Amino acid sequence: MDSRRGSRFVIDPKIRQVGFVPAGCESENPNASSAVAAIANVDVNPTSDSPSPVMIPPRLADPLPRAAPLPVPSPPPRKHTSVEIPLQGSYNPTDSVLGTSPPFSPASNGRYAGVPSSEGPDLSPSFVSRASSAMEGMSLREDHLGSPSASRFATVGEYAMFKQQQPQQPATAVTKVYASSLPQEPVQSFAPVGKEDSSKPLKERTTKAERRAKQEADREAKRIAKESAGAKVVEGEARASSNVVGKASRAQSQKKDSASEKRLSAVEKASEKEKKKEIPAPRMQFDDQSRVAKAKKRALIEQTETKHRVELFRHLPQFVYGAQLPSLEAKFFHDDAMHPHPAVYQVGLQYLTGDITGGNARCIAMLSAFKELIKDYCTPRERTLIRDLTARVNNNVSFLTTCRPLCISMGNAIRFLKTRIAKLQLTLSESDAKSLIIAEIDRFMQEKINYADNEITKLAVTKIKDGDVILTYGSSCVVETIILHAFSLGKKFRVVIVDSRPKLEGKGLLRRLLGRGISCTYSHINAVTYIIQEVNKVFLGASSILSNGTVYSRVGSASVAMVANAFHVPVMICCETYKFHERVQLDSICFNELDALVKIPGRKGLSELEGWSQSSHLKLLNLMYDVMPADYVSMIITELGMVPPTSVPVILREYRKDPIL
Amino acid sequence: MARAMPELQLAISDFLLKLQRRQIEGSFDSAKHTVLLLRQVIVQHRASHSGQASSFIDAVKTVGARLVAASPIELAVGNVVRRVLHIIREEEVSIANNTEDEGETTFDSDDNNNSDDDGLPVLSAAVLAAANRNVLRAPSLHNLLESAVIPAVAIVSSSSAGDSEERSRSSEKNSKGWKLKHSIIEGINELLEDINNNHAQIAEQALEHIHQNEVILTLGHSRTLLQFLREAKKKRSFEVFVAEGAPRYLGHTLAKELAALNLQTTLITDSAVFAMMSRVDMVIIGAHAVMANGGVIAPTGLHMVALAARRHAVPFVVLAGMYKLCPLYPHNPYVLVNEMKSLSQILEHEESMEYIDAALNVPDLLAMNPSFDYIPPELVSLFITDMGGHNPSYIYRLVAEYYSPEDHSLE
Repeated sequence: MDSRRGSRFVIDPKIRQVGFVPAGCESENPNASSAVAAIANVDVNPTSDSPSPVMIPPRLADPLPRAAPLPVPSPPPRKHTSVEIPLQGSYNPTDSVLGTSPPFSPASNGRYAGVPSSEGPDLSPSFVSRASSAMEGMSLREDHLGSPSASRFATVGEYAMFKQQQPQQPATAVTKVYASSLPQEPVQSFAPVGKEDSSKPLKERTTKAERRAKQEADREAKRIAKESAGAKVVEGEARASSNVVGKASRAQSQKKDSASEKRLSAVEKASEKEKKKEIPAPRMQFDDQSRVAKAKKRALIEQTETKHRVELFRHLPQFVYGAQLPSLEAKFFHDDAMHPHPAVYQVGLQYLTGDITGGNARCIAMLSAFKELIKDYCTPRERTLIRDLTARVNNNVSFLTTCRPLCISMGNAIRFLKTRIAKLQLTLSESDAKSLIIAEIDRFMQEKINYADNEITKLAVTKIKDGDVILTYGSSCVVETIILHAFSLGKKFRVVIVDSRPKLEGKGLLRRLLGRGISCTYSHINAVTYIIQEVNKVFLGASSILSNGTVYSRVGSASVAMVANAFHVPVMICCETYKFHERVQLDSICFNELDALVKIPGRKGLSELEGWSQSSHLKLLNLMYDVMPADYVSMIITELGMVPPTSVPVILREYRKDPIL
Repeated sequence: MARAMPELQLAISDFLLKLQRRQIEGSFDSAKHTVLLLRQVIVQHRASHSGQASSFIDAVKTVGARLVAASPIELAVGNVVRRVLHIIREEEVSIANNTEDEGETTFDSDDNNNSDDDGLPVLSAAVLAAANRNVLRAPSLHNLLESAVIPAVAIVSSSSAGDSEERSRSSEKNSKGWKLKHSIIEGINELLEDINNNHAQIAEQALEHIHQNEVILTLGHSRTLLQFLREAKKKRSFEVFVAEGAPRYLGHTLAKELAALNLQTTLITDSAVFAMMSRVDMVIIGAHAVMANGGVIAPTGLHMVALAARRHAVPFVVLAGMYKLCPLYPHNPYVLVNEMKSLSQILEHEESMEYIDAALNVPDLLAMNPSFDYIPPELVSLFITDMGGHNPSYIYRLVAEYYSPEDHSLE
């Protein structure tokens, strides 16, 4: 275990490609590395000087999360047999060709494999064995996900890509080289590096002291590297190109090659940073006076704390609803540097007024707004694009937060965007960088949301049979597409929509389903114990799934799941993996979102609460989310397959390490 | 009964109508009105001379059956009818005992010299009463012990009391009839008082259950609960979460009333019950009815609350006056002890019409709006009644105390 861990952390991203390496190539690798490296150079160099716009697409693809095979050494006996299953992934074939392609054909593989085996020393022996059995890596995944379908999907996807790749081999290689030959920041190089790992010869791990010494050296080297950044590509052909691709191996660094050292340092730093990033940053606690004061200074708009604050939720913002709206509207036409972009502004207002709700919709709206922002962005003088753009994005994000706290999936998307920006190459021209980022955002939306939803729908529909009575709570867009799709397949079933204040979102769903001719039963959450007795499946959406398997979802979902559990009705959660988060939470109190209760429509003639604010003892509390313990969940349907809640941390670990997030 | 006064008939049909139209709702109101009506029935009833008690019983039963049929969901109506029947039976026995006592005392005085044991006659009277009670009541622990001690003596004394009883009965028939009616009415008045006072009596126990700074959660509205908390507030300060209780949202009313008592009150949505449960020390609710097995019929949503409480190991306390105690065992309570309310409470009429209009191929639209939940006894931690606190497993015993087994079915 330990050894696996260790190796994982250090080389983390590089392992990704292991799964693709055909079983044949690894045997030659250990000794062949240098020779192959030379070959690689030959390939690489001619193209290396010409970074062309063509290369943009390749970058897109390389972070494909699913391309990442398991870093864990796996029991060899399980060979993969799922070849015949059609490619079902949300994979964009072109993406995968460009981005994750390298290992696909033995030839390319060899070449990449030959690339100087950086990181060798870090690798634990177990790692090597893993590398040697690419296929097992896949089967391993099965163990982890706990559900065969998930693993099958991933592997099948890979397999299919593998197949597709082969004819296109030459093109891929070229694009790949383009991408990799540029002086790159760590992320970019990850994919190739992964390749190396797989072909890595057995090497001993560096000791701590060694590493520290190296780090020091690296730091030194880095300074130099900065100055000579441009020249690096040309310098020392074999070495350089190998470095570019491989980000320098430990073995080489021992040769005191300064260039590789520099690279290495970059990698290490990055990986360390990455590691830190994995630990979610502490959330803003609103009972921390000093921090609140600071935040207020920064805030674009002032919010008034409600007088009727619920003490239990001191740590969450409790503002008077709608108070910020006028000042926001007034400031719409302001124009100063740090002012949010109009598109972002608009989205913010829409959040505030509740015109855009639902995790996916909010996320897409936000990303689209950021796309606009990036389109219109131009770097001020004497600033670097990376820094300035990051600052700009931060600014806009904090603006959005004041409109409505971001949900966890949006946090993930922003994290993705920021890492993308941070990992832009310094040498990239502004327009290239911009189009690159925009393409990345598009890909995120396509792949992580749209394709994922399609995939979830396909999987979930298999769970709906004729004569089923399906219960859903509130309105989840994924569940809605599932129901519509099942209906369009001609399945005969009935839908029970359970709804509740504050939002009564179920009414919208009811109307839409009725509009499609689906028979519905509508009820409120208090009647759920009554209605559950005729239900045989519960489908729920989720705002986020936390790594301890708890489902963070619209308030009331937990109650519904609890009741379903008490009546032995299976509960299926439909959720894209981009909504998964490393955070853990036990109750709904520590983190949540509060909304105003009063504004929400109830029944007509509900006047009892008029003038409630006169009483200092009466508080209204309107939680937006609650936390559903993992044991109520029978199954989580993700685009990676159907998994038990215990597999959430596995998915997080295996797929998130990827540069995508 | 046929000779019952027209104004009585009027009152009955009026009450029936109100029940049918659900103009009288809630166990407290319906129980109270039922008691008043039954008292009227007794008062106006002219018993035929023979078998007075049974004619009272018949009268009450016929009226009671109609009332229950009018609103089967108001279990309190049936409960009160059975309580009244029980009172009649008990009074009959006690009056019979009294006359026998009298007879026996005379008999004893004659006999006193013959019998060496002077303790026996007194004993025999007590035994007689006990035996009578045994006939009347379902065996309770108390009775069982009593009768077990002296079964043999009881037979002797009752046989010896035979002739004197006949004598006294014929002579005192009129006065006895009057006495019976009088004592029945008195019993009913007591019952009425019990019902009126049950809130206060339950509230008296509040301080035993609520401590300082406690966090209490409840759903919907209950008069009993309001009084209970009011009483506790006099000595302690604590916090209350009130869930709204869709679809009637009576929680709003309760929240306002509690806030007026200067209690820290937080109104939450029903959906947030599970979320908040982790910070709650006790759930206290008012019940609609308590079934003989300890299960509770309560407004919708409370089953969910009970499950959440169980999940978080929070005590689930049910406040219920004794008149809510129903001697029936629940069979499929979700269907049989339930009532569907208007769909307009959850879906405005215009809305549903709009949905239907927009719908394709006219699919079914159902809206479920049940009014009650059944909470199984294993989810209840404690019942607090006007007769003290009880475990759910003890409820069937209480039923035996307050109802005669003959009355369980009112047909």
